[in-house]
Parts: sequence; structure tokens; C-alpha cells
Amino acid sequence: MSIVTVTSSVSTRHRPAWFRALTYEAAFYSKTWRASVISSFLFPILYLSAMGIGVGHLVNAHTGLVEGHTYLHFVAPGLLAITAMQLSVGECMWPILAAIKWVRTYHAAVATPLEPGDLVTGKVSWLGARLFVTTAVYAVIIACFGATSSWTAIFLPFIGALIAVAFAAPLIAFSSRVESDVTFTMLFRFVVVPMLLFSATFYPVSQYPVGLRWIVQLMPLYHGVALCRSAAFGTGSPGPLLAHVSVLVAMAIVGYVVARRNLRRRLVS
Amino acid sequence: MPQVTSSLPLVRARGLTKDFGDFRAVNGIDFEISRGESFGFLGPNGAGKTSTMRMVSAVATPTAGDLSIFGLDPHHDGPAIRARLGVVPQEDTLELELTVLDNLLMFGRYFDLPRKLIKERATELLEFAKLTERAHDKCDNLSGGMKRRLTIARSLLNQPELLILDEPTTGLDPQARHLLWERLYRLKSDGVTLIITTHYMDEAEQLCDRLVVMDHGDIVAEGAPRELISQHSTREVLELRFPVDVTTPPIDVLSPLADRFEVLPDRVLLYVHDGDDTLRAVHAAGVTPVSALVRRSTLEDVFLRLTGRTLVD
Ligand SMILES: Nc1ncnc2c1ncn2[C@@H]1O[C@H](COP(=O)(O)OP(=O)(O)O)[C@@H](O)[C@H]1O
Ligand SMILES: [Mg+2]
Repeated sequence: MSIVTVTSSVSTRHRPAWFRALTYEAAFYSKTWRASVISSFLFPILYLSAMGIGVGHLVNAHTGLVEGHTYLHFVAPGLLAITAMQLSVGECMWPILAAIKWVRTYHAAVATPLEPGDLVTGKVSWLGARLFVTTAVYAVIIACFGATSSWTAIFLPFIGALIAVAFAAPLIAFSSRVESDVTFTMLFRFVVVPMLLFSATFYPVSQYPVGLRWIVQLMPLYHGVALCRSAAFGTGSPGPLLAHVSVLVAMAIVGYVVARRNLRRRLVS
Repeated sequence: MPQVTSSLPLVRARGLTKDFGDFRAVNGIDFEISRGESFGFLGPNGAGKTSTMRMVSAVATPTAGDLSIFGLDPHHDGPAIRARLGVVPQEDTLELELTVLDNLLMFGRYFDLPRKLIKERATELLEFAKLTERAHDKCDNLSGGMKRRLTIARSLLNQPELLILDEPTTGLDPQARHLLWERLYRLKSDGVTLIITTHYMDEAEQLCDRLVVMDHGDIVAEGAPRELISQHSTREVLELRFPVDVTTPPIDVLSPLADRFEVLPDRVLLYVHDGDDTLRAVHAAGVTPVSALVRRSTLEDVFLRLTGRTLVD
């Protein structure tokens, strides 16, 4: 039996290399999703119950409505934004360094027709697609809680995908240069968690002293939270909405370009 | 492949150079590899073998020099070249969380092969790698030898014309090595061109039709294994060991008896035509080593001759 028939020519399909990387990510997820299902769905629901119902009772009893909504309704779209960011960021830290340094699977990938840039495109588009679906499920759940009050809530999955991509791209650029996972622990503690807390997620930006509001507005996540809230309630005016979208799109584009360059340097130098 | 191209070298390097910052890892080397050949790069750790392999697999960009693979320029046609290559890297790059079979099925996606075809080939290749029974085991649970065989199986999914193996058997026990060698013979007889790096001289002698000896980024010798040995060494070697308390062996007595000799920390090597004759002469001269061994010259001796160092230290 001959294992390699040198003369045989096989009709290969002609899907672009980045798309092959995307289907690889999807197939990998389909084989390993059980490990991440808890963080994908259970945590947001637990969060929602604890914050919305638990803290909500307290808030509603003391201050009444928050920006015209019960606390549960106020906080639910923000939690959707957090979920999209957190899952995306998690996939672009340890797993990227593992693929570069520990398990080294990216080195196997760039020995095939794929280029490092294809891996970036595959990863980013996969996270966009995955978080689209995840946030769609989440949107249905919060709608059941009564936390959406406008047809514009159908935009929530698109916003979830945009947040995922906007964080994934710069994070991949960053992780492509990291040498040790200690850096990720620091990044998580000093950047990700503060951003979760101070992006007007748990209370409105109007709660901050006027002089500090600009800090909140510098948080990339703030723009995602604001978009989610607008979509859920059908509020917001075109100017600020466009600004929020622009910030996220800019993060995605700049991050994507730098990520392609950094990963190339790391893998094929 | 049309017949006309088979006379052209499959890989051709001229002045191939790789720098890492100020450090030169590959120092302007020249070589040509023909279709169907099994070509070796023999050298100790740090010689520049991996750096060379990464350029020949159209992954790393050369700092200087010309390189053509299948007559194509890796700078412009990297993906097209890599579609026709199989690569077994020095360090394992398997998906440890996935099963053995899934590792193959998933990797086939990168070559955009139809799903059905990937499945067929994966089944064949598992058989080839003697891993059929382990198909549904998690890759993480395999032994080192099994992981290497799986990596080789994976590298064959796209039916490569050229298979590049970077230290395929380093760290394996003798049994696992021999099984791997046997699989590589089969590939060779199937017409696959092989490039193998190794720091084991027996591996190079067994597997390679032709090889280059690398040291410090340079090629210091080139030829068929037997050719290199007859060029750079004698027919036989007499190895003498002395008691540990003898710090300086009786060189002045031994040196006239041999064409050449090497004093290693644990033994003295006498390069001679007939080892048994020389051993009699050694005894006649009143020298009594603890043990004496007559063997044929190997590539290890060639390397020692050319660089003054052993391959594996
Ligand atoms: N990415 C790198 N950066 C800096 N130095 C490197 C890099 N890769 C290899 N080297 C150096 O280049 C030399 C040759 O390495 P390598 O090609 O791996 O040799 P071999 O495979 O023969 O052991 C070594 O001294 C090694 O330290
Ligand atoms: Mg090496």
C-alpha cells in the first residue's frame, strides 16, 4: 500500500485561507465547548440574578428607578456588553500565548498554506460570529426578564459581535508580543476588571462627579455598554450613537492591522 | 509532475543566510536536493539546522541568499510551496486537548481538502502510524514516540512531494526510533523526497543518501555517508579505555601506531586500517587498557575530525 501517491492530483476547494482558519476555530469549539459553556451562559445569568434581582431590590427600595428603569432592567444590557468583552478577551490572552509558545499549534498552522495574518482574521471573525450567537441568546433571556422595551433590541447581537471584535483585535496584537502569562494576570487585574466596574455598567455615568465623567468615557467598554442600553430601550440620539460605534470600529481596525504585523513577527522571524 | 522538471533540483540554496539580531545562525550555505533523494543535515545543537529547515519550509524569511523550492521563490509563492510540503517540526505542535483522529481531521482543513478525502486519508495514516487503536484517545495521553508518529501522519495529509523532518527521533527510546525509521523507509520507497536533520550519526547513516555536516552555521562537509567516512576517516577505529586514575594515557607510545588519534575525556580513539592488528601492537608495546573495542569508522568520527568536537555531548 502506498501512503503517498506523488503523482495523484487532488482537486482542492478554493476557500480563502482565513476562512479555513475560521472553520478550524469553529470545529475546535464544537469539540471543546463543554469546558466553556458555564462561563458563556451560566455566569451571565447568575450575574443577572444576583445584581439585577438582589442588588436591584436594594436600589429600587432606596432610590426608586435608575434613569427611568428598574435596576434589573438598567443593568441587564450592560451585563450583555460585559459578557461579550470578557469572553472575547479571555480567548485572546492565554489561548493565543499557548498557540504561540506552549502547545505551539500556530507554528503548525503557518507551515501550511496559511499565513499568520490568516490566523488573526480567522480568530477575530470566529469571535465575532460566536459572540453574535451568544449575545443573541442572552438578549432573548433579558427580554424574558422584561429588560428590553424596544424593537431596536434586535441590534443587540450585532453590538455584541462588534464589542467582541473591537476587543479581540487589539488583545491579539498585545498577546502576540507577550512572553509570560504573568502579564495577563496583571492586565486582567489592572485593566479589564477596572474597566468592567467603571464603564457605567452598574450605575449611570451621571453618578460620577462631572470632572471624572471623561474618565468613564475613555473606557472602551463604556461605548459598548452605552450602545447596548440604547438598543435595549430604543433611546439615544444619532450623534452619540455614531461616536460610540466609531470608537469600537476604530479599535477593531487599528487592532487588526497591528495584530497581523505582530503575529507575523512572532511566528516567522 | 511532468518528467522535464525532475532533473531540476527540488530545493536549491545559494548563500543562504539567517541572522537573529547580531548573531548569524546560518552562514551563507549552498546545497541542492534532488527529487526522490533522502537528504540529511547532521550537526550538533546550535549548528543552525532548525533555522535552515524553517527557511526551506517557506516559513522563515532568509536574511540573505537565494532559495528556490519546487523552482518557486518562497518570498512570493510561500502558500503554494507550503501546500506541497510536509513538515515535522523539532518540537511537537499537536492539539493536546483533541483526540488523535481529530488532530488529523482538523489539520486537513488548513489544506482545504474535502471532508470525505480527509477522513479517508486519516484512516490510512493512522494505520501507517500504528495508531489506529488510539484513534479516540486524547493526544495528551500519548507517549513521545506516538506523538512523533502522529506528527508524521499529520504531515502526510496533503500528500507532500517533500517531507521535512527536524530531529524526528530525538528523545525517543531505541525501539520507537527503529519503528520510525522503518516508516521513513516506506515513504522513501514511495518516492517522497525527505530532508532530515539529526545529531545522531547512526540515523544519518541509516536514512540519508546524501548529507551535509553543519557546524556553527557552516557546512563543513558534503557527500554520501560512506563517501564522507572514507574521505575523512580510516577504515577502522580502535577505542581504548584506561583506568580512571590514569589521567594521561601513554600517548607517546600509542601515537606511532595510528594514522591519527583523539583523546576524549573517557577514552582514546586510534584511527587505523586494521584495528585488531593495532590492538596486538598496543599490547606488545606493554600498554594495558581496561577495555579495547574495534569498530568501523562512523560519521561521528568524521565530525570529530572536522570540528574537533563530538556530536552529542
Ligand atoms: N529566534 C531566535 N532568536 C535568536 N537566536 C536564535 C533563534 N533561533 C535560533 N537561534 C540561535 O541560532 C543558533 C542555531 O539554532 P538552530 O537553528 O535552532 O540550531 P540547531 O537546530 O542546529 O540546534 C543557536 O545558537 C540558537 O540559539
Ligand atoms: Mg534544531
